[in-house]
Amino acid sequence: MNEPLNKKALPKEEQAVLDRFLADNRLFLGPDPEIMRNHSLAPRTADEDAILKKGLDVHQVHHIRGLINAALSEAFQMVNQMGAAPGAKWGDLVTGIYTNSGDLAMIAPHGIIAFAACCFYPVKFIIKYWVNDPTVGVKDGDGFIHNDARYGGIHNTDQSMMMPLFYKGELICWLSSTIHEGENGACEPGGMPAAAESKYDEGIKMSPFKVVENFQIKRDLLTFLQNSVRDPKLQLEDMKVKLHAVMRLRERIVAILDQYGRDALVGTLRSHLEDVETEMRRRIRELPDGTTRVNAFMDSSLRENCIQKISLAITVKGDRMLMDFRGSAPQFLNRAVNTNIASFKAALCTGLLQNIWPDLPHTMAVLSPIEIISDRNSILDAEGEMPQAMSLMPLFKACVIWTIPMNKLNYSLPHRYSAVIAQQYDQAATFIYGGLTQHGDVTGNFCADINGMGQGARSDADGEHSVSPVFGFMADSGEHEINEEDTPIIRLGAQRLAKDRIGFGKYRGGMGYEQIATMRDSALWGFMTGCEGSLFSSAQGLFGGYSCPAYQLCKIKGINVFEVLRDHPKLIQEFDMIRLMNEQPIPGGKYTSQDMGMTFELCQEGEIYMICQGSGGGYGDVLERDPELVMKDLREDLMSHDIARDIYKVVYDEKTLLVDEQATQELRQAYRRERIARGKPFDAFCKEWVKPEPPAHLPYFGSWENSKEIYASTAGQRIKMDADKLQGAFMLNPKDLRITELESQVMSLRGQLEDCNKTRKPS
Amino acid sequence: MNVLITEYLRVNLDTENYECRRCGKVLVSARENYKRGLLVYDRDPREIHKPLLDTSKYERTYSPNPQWCRILEYYCPQCGTMMEVEYVPPGHPPLHDIELDIEALKLQWKDRPEVKEAPVGPPPPRRGHEHHGHKH
Repeated sequence: MNEPLNKKALPKEEQAVLDRFLADNRLFLGPDPEIMRNHSLAPRTADEDAILKKGLDVHQVHHIRGLINAALSEAFQMVNQMGAAPGAKWGDLVTGIYTNSGDLAMIAPHGIIAFAACCFYPVKFIIKYWVNDPTVGVKDGDGFIHNDARYGGIHNTDQSMMMPLFYKGELICWLSSTIHEGENGACEPGGMPAAAESKYDEGIKMSPFKVVENFQIKRDLLTFLQNSVRDPKLQLEDMKVKLHAVMRLRERIVAILDQYGRDALVGTLRSHLEDVETEMRRRIRELPDGTTRVNAFMDSSLRENCIQKISLAITVKGDRMLMDFRGSAPQFLNRAVNTNIASFKAALCTGLLQNIWPDLPHTMAVLSPIEIISDRNSILDAEGEMPQAMSLMPLFKACVIWTIPMNKLNYSLPHRYSAVIAQQYDQAATFIYGGLTQHGDVTGNFCADINGMGQGARSDADGEHSVSPVFGFMADSGEHEINEEDTPIIRLGAQRLAKDRIGFGKYRGGMGYEQIATMRDSALWGFMTGCEGSLFSSAQGLFGGYSCPAYQLCKIKGINVFEVLRDHPKLIQEFDMIRLMNEQPIPGGKYTSQDMGMTFELCQEGEIYMICQGSGGGYGDVLERDPELVMKDLREDLMSHDIARDIYKVVYDEKTLLVDEQATQELRQAYRRERIARGKPFDAFCKEWVKPEPPAHLPYFGSWENSKEIYASTAGQRIKMDADKLQGAFMLNPKDLRITELESQVMSLRGQLEDCNKTRKPS
Repeated sequence: MNVLITEYLRVNLDTENYECRRCGKVLVSARENYKRGLLVYDRDPREIHKPLLDTSKYERTYSPNPQWCRILEYYCPQCGTMMEVEYVPPGHPPLHDIELDIEALKLQWKDRPEVKEAPVGPPPPRRGHEHHGHKH
């Protein structure tokens, strides 16, 4: 808010009265920047300081840590087994424990790190605003719910239950459980509306509030929440599941308190955090001083294609590490692919623990010593009214963006804490759905295939196929049978690896699988998909390895595959995306290949929608790939012969797959000479190649050469902004643009017709 | 003494130069952008990520769009090893991706023995797929 121009300084006492009045009468307790912008550990409390100074028995700390881990794991299993949300069944959930300052101390070993890392913001909000508020307060048996990512969270589909743990009347710590619930009453079903143009399109927006008293869910509030979403059964079931898992966790922690005393628990939680922070600083100190950089280019806002740059420079000096994201794209005012900086940091925490140092304890303390800089109002530090329902796009980048700059920093080390690995495929390649089920229920959610992303190649091995999502190594890709029992989705093809769609390299990326879906027995059903990477490859290779290809959404509309199969059982030889699209075996079908970002659209019975999970990036020069590994990929039908020959330059017999080693060596050597002949020295190349600004035909968002100048298109016009004065970009409605384009075509054709009529001689 | 920087790049601390790890070619001063010692080629992405769908039927075929995305391939000028690739929009300045403090590097390696072969780290953590009472 701007200061009034005629503002006069008040005398000190009056100012104090005014400040107190304003503090007591705040109009709205919105997301608090003091909480949301700080990812570092809180200072030791006097109590923690006294306990740690007295000294802890390290063996006992280790033992207590084991007991807490077991308790978190047990609560995780409860949610995993009992949760109703599809996400709960595949492991998109977590349980966590926080200090009484709200710092995330420990996470269930198989839990989604980012969920817990996000929860510490709402826990801190509750501590700051509700503990001493006479109308709210925090008592034993209370539970708080939350889903709005602006108060901490990945996106609004994730709902958390947070509970204070009191022991002998004293608040000792906080406990939480979070599930990706899916449905949340947004403008599109399934909880991740790419069509959201403002935060008010994102569905129910729960700031942290008390929904449990005396360990019981308040029915009036529950009813309000059920009334706000498309799936009231899910809302009820999973609130109960999370509450009871947290209550079990509470019992286990109380047992630890009974056995070892409150000082032992408080000391263990705090020392665990401090030990992790100390180890982080030691590891940073081991790295060479310097800066490494990477750019990522996202190619879609999920409503239109446009390039959004994410720029990262990691600088190490001694035990300091700085992540500088300045120069990245500005936020969109009316597109859902923004994220706030707190969510972005939670995803960074995940990426570090998943790809770089997975051996470290899973806690937010890993990020605590790292300084993070960003441009305010950029796509990863968005503020204000902007929507962020599809924040997954920048957040998934945050999960994988470490791999290239960190491997360039840590490759020199004499030892490794984890494998050197290229980027994992990082798109939410799954069907999001909604409508009426075959049982007559209204529903909206998404399929587990989001968890089938191909892993990046390693310095010593190919990447694993469809192994897990970027946000959780532990998550599973679910059971289609369960999905088909609950929803009218029928899988015509599933878990078939996407042949030829490979991140090539000395070691290749792990591949993704095809998903071919249709619907039957529903009066109203539809799908959406939320991926970019259809024009510009998403997962990057490492050290000379290629990235993954581009990926498309393919559709066959205007047909009913069930009737086709009933009448012509042998018409379709196999449900293979490429064959179906190229051979077009179903007559009368409308075959289209389009962007992987599709807002919700209706699917008639028997129409076919096809996408696939993607490949991780490759590692190293393709000419160094062992020819036998090339033959193995051929034997496993992962690749066609023309690609084997053309990319890997291997000479072999197609029938026997026997490699001619001598001829292969000669071919590869000749190809190296070709490279030398066609390559240009860097400086000479740059003189021709580098342009002063982005090409006019590209809708481009972000810096070009100078990270302090940011390009964007707003309301259809290209603008350039100072990075420290970013304004959100306003995007025109793609349908309006299309209507304008078609109207202009109609005008032009009409003109031609009139000209034609004028010149036409009467017969 | 050499310090390994990537699969294909090392810094010779005695001469302060970047060198190719495959053929030993001295590329450029380690205080410069190593790419200045390499050859570059602007590759049409359709040559690597070939169209899989019939281009007469479809515009989008699994190939990146060459109007949006180019592949810069970096080669050792002596042995032709592809040391790095960079996917960029047409005309985007190549990234200065590695910029090390050579004085600090020398100090750091003063007491470390030389590493000739890069160590291999443990694989990332995994959790098996569980269903119907069995795992795989």
